[in-house]
Amino acid sequence: MDPLTTLHRREFLKTSTGLLTGLVAAGSSLALLAPGRAWAVDLTALSSAEAATLLVVARTIAPHDKLDDAAYALVIQAVDGDASKDDKTRQMIREGVASLGAGFPGSPESERVEALKKMEASGFFQSMRLKTLQVLYSNPIAYAYFGYEGEAFSKGGYLFRGFNDLRWLPEVPLADSGALPA
Amino acid sequence: MARIDLHDEGAVVIIGSGAGGGTLAHELTRRGIPVVLLEAGKRQSTATFSQVPGEAFQQLTWLDTRTQSGSWGVARDFPGLPSWHCKTAGGTTVHWTASTPRLEPWELRAKSTYGHVPGTSLIDWPISYPELKNYYLLAERRLGVTRRNGVPGLPASNNFKVMYAGAKKLGYKRVHTGHMAINSRSRDGRGFCIQQGFCVQGCKMGAKWSTLYTEIPSAEATGKLDLRIECRAMRIEHGANGRVNAVVYRDSQGQEQRQKARLVCVAGNGIETPRLLLLSESAKFPQGLANSSDQVGRNYCHQIVGYVWGIFDQPVYSWRGATVAGVVEDEVFNDPKRGFVGGYRIELVALDLPTMPQVGLPYGWGRDFASIMEEYRNIAGLLINGEDMPRAENRITLNPEVKDAFGLPAANVHVDEHPNDQALRKHAQGQMSKMYAALGAKRIFPGPSLPATHNTCSARMSAEPRDGVTNGWGQTHDIPNLFISDGSMMSTPGSANPTLTIVALVLRQAEYISRQMAAGKI
Ligand SMILES: Cc1cc2nc3c(=O)[nH]c(=O)nc-3n(C[C@H](O)[C@H](O)[C@H](O)COP(=O)(O)OP(=O)(O)OC[C@H]3O[C@@H](n4cnc5c(N)ncnc54)[C@H](O)[C@@H]3O)c2cc1C
Ligand code: SF4
Repeated sequence: MDPLTTLHRREFLKTSTGLLTGLVAAGSSLALLAPGRAWAVDLTALSSAEAATLLVVARTIAPHDKLDDAAYALVIQAVDGDASKDDKTRQMIREGVASLGAGFPGSPESERVEALKKMEASGFFQSMRLKTLQVLYSNPIAYAYFGYEGEAFSKGGYLFRGFNDLRWLPEVPLADSGALPA
Repeated sequence: MARIDLHDEGAVVIIGSGAGGGTLAHELTRRGIPVVLLEAGKRQSTATFSQVPGEAFQQLTWLDTRTQSGSWGVARDFPGLPSWHCKTAGGTTVHWTASTPRLEPWELRAKSTYGHVPGTSLIDWPISYPELKNYYLLAERRLGVTRRNGVPGLPASNNFKVMYAGAKKLGYKRVHTGHMAINSRSRDGRGFCIQQGFCVQGCKMGAKWSTLYTEIPSAEATGKLDLRIECRAMRIEHGANGRVNAVVYRDSQGQEQRQKARLVCVAGNGIETPRLLLLSESAKFPQGLANSSDQVGRNYCHQIVGYVWGIFDQPVYSWRGATVAGVVEDEVFNDPKRGFVGGYRIELVALDLPTMPQVGLPYGWGRDFASIMEEYRNIAGLLINGEDMPRAENRITLNPEVKDAFGLPAANVHVDEHPNDQALRKHAQGQMSKMYAALGAKRIFPGPSLPATHNTCSARMSAEPRDGVTNGWGQTHDIPNLFISDGSMMSTPGSANPTLTIVALVLRQAEYISRQMAAGKI
């Protein structure tokens, strides 16, 4: 999956309700993949302001300071997708955002955490938490940021690419492990 | 591949093509017995396995509606997903991690060994260890288990180096890369493990044993197997004589079909197997099939399975390498002085990045949660695999309120943890934490109990018909031509991962079935 295609404006959508945009920060892990690129997410159910608030919600749930907004935008894209499929979801998201209030995105982290804690049991918060966990760590931006190398079959596995390259502990005697296959 | 007529009364119908059903299909067909193998899932292959974790999960997992209740943590942490197993040709052997230890002799005598443990429904197995051992030997050859029969062990991964060093600091002696049904060398027409670490997404090397590309093709090669994928058994029917004679199923087009049967073997994994027996209630058997003892679905066990993670100063890259290739066996003994009966294994584990926050970590969010994920490279992992206690009330039932997509009552999985389960888990987490602490881990923390992966004992073998559902061959006490052919038949779970035992029991059952059929008894 290429993050840029995922983030690409879905031009065929004529019913866009809003737009979430950003610039890839210099020096971020995404910049390695897409130096200097702008990104945009077309919204089909949420407004730009709602999406911007949700992005801050996702950042408060999983605060990785140096992880680019583009990764969080993927979460919002998924939330928007869910909201566009189902009126109840859309309403739940809308009401959740509204209850956070206009000051939420600009408030300090401690206050944002307090606000979210108060609604921790709500369907809105729980679905935002789940979506953030599901989407934020499942894309190439996150893979690069966390150093996860992912699928390796196409490269011959990790057998000759570091599965046993740890050197800060003693090697395991052969009797308790096994020789590399020839 | 055979085509068996729906009206053919001579075939054995097996439900489920996983560890139990897939192996049984091969064993019967190679003895010339025609088999219809019904499998609810689709058929994938090493070529079609997705290497995107989320996609692989969707591709392979049994995601039908289920409910759950009871005090176990899974009910709280994983609503709607009490168990994690497959719906696909090859069953859960497509995404298992292939650790294949044996049970210990005393684990087969659980009741005698542990004595009276209040609040449990412990029994002894109706078969002896020496009897089972013969079939362990056969099963280990069949699966190519490492460190048995001269098969070399797997090499040590980074994650295992951490486990090994910690275990040695604690004085553990029996620590190695495991008895694994994973080829350390090419064997049986399949390649060797290239340590890609995607065991749970389906092994694209075919290095890991799965009935999908071992037993099922071998059975097909006999010309006696009729494998019907995307075919969901809905109910087992019987005649006036009380013997089963047909299986009603929905085919891939959603059409209802009725396959006549000489014999029916149920191998749908420990939740669907008792569910199908319960769904097959009739005027003659109002409590469901083989349930005159009221034991179908009861005594459900899933083993104590849970993570302990350690964060280190330096990278571990735990995702590189065979997921569960490492074990400490020193805690597999029974000594009530530890505060519990039964034993546990400490096994190696890693989770890919997308799965880690969803399944591996305790509930959380915010700075603390994120700070753990920031250290993903430096995390090493361990898994408890311990014996849990059977209880009559821990059971699979039909939920009258909730229906699946076919309109049938969903399975409800109820588990109240026994104090013994909690004491065992606490001890295990303590020992595992000490292993990492001895190496100077920066932070050590347990993960949640994961959705049940080892569903067992829910239609168990018992010497006394009133204590269980089947005799020592997996033949139901009530109906001679109805067999249980998966982990549901285990009398108690023990502390070994169950699949080698399932395969051994099924190899033994296949001999019995073919002898009994030849003698005209069934
Ligand atoms: C992530 C994971 C890791 C594991 N690792 C290990 C391990 O390291 N070692 C170990 O010993 N065990 C392991 N296990 C457990 C192991 O996979 C099971 O013990 C084993 O596969 C059970 O075999 P079975 O035949 O009972 O069921 P399965 O292998 O699950 O097969 C059951 C099949 O029946 C089908 N089915 C069910 N109901 C119906 C129906 N009504 N009609 C038609 N088909 C139906 C299902 O679709 C499924 O394909 C693991 C499990 C998981 C989930
Ligand atoms: S680690 Fe080995 S067994 Fe696991 S998927 Fe890779 S090749 Fe297969």
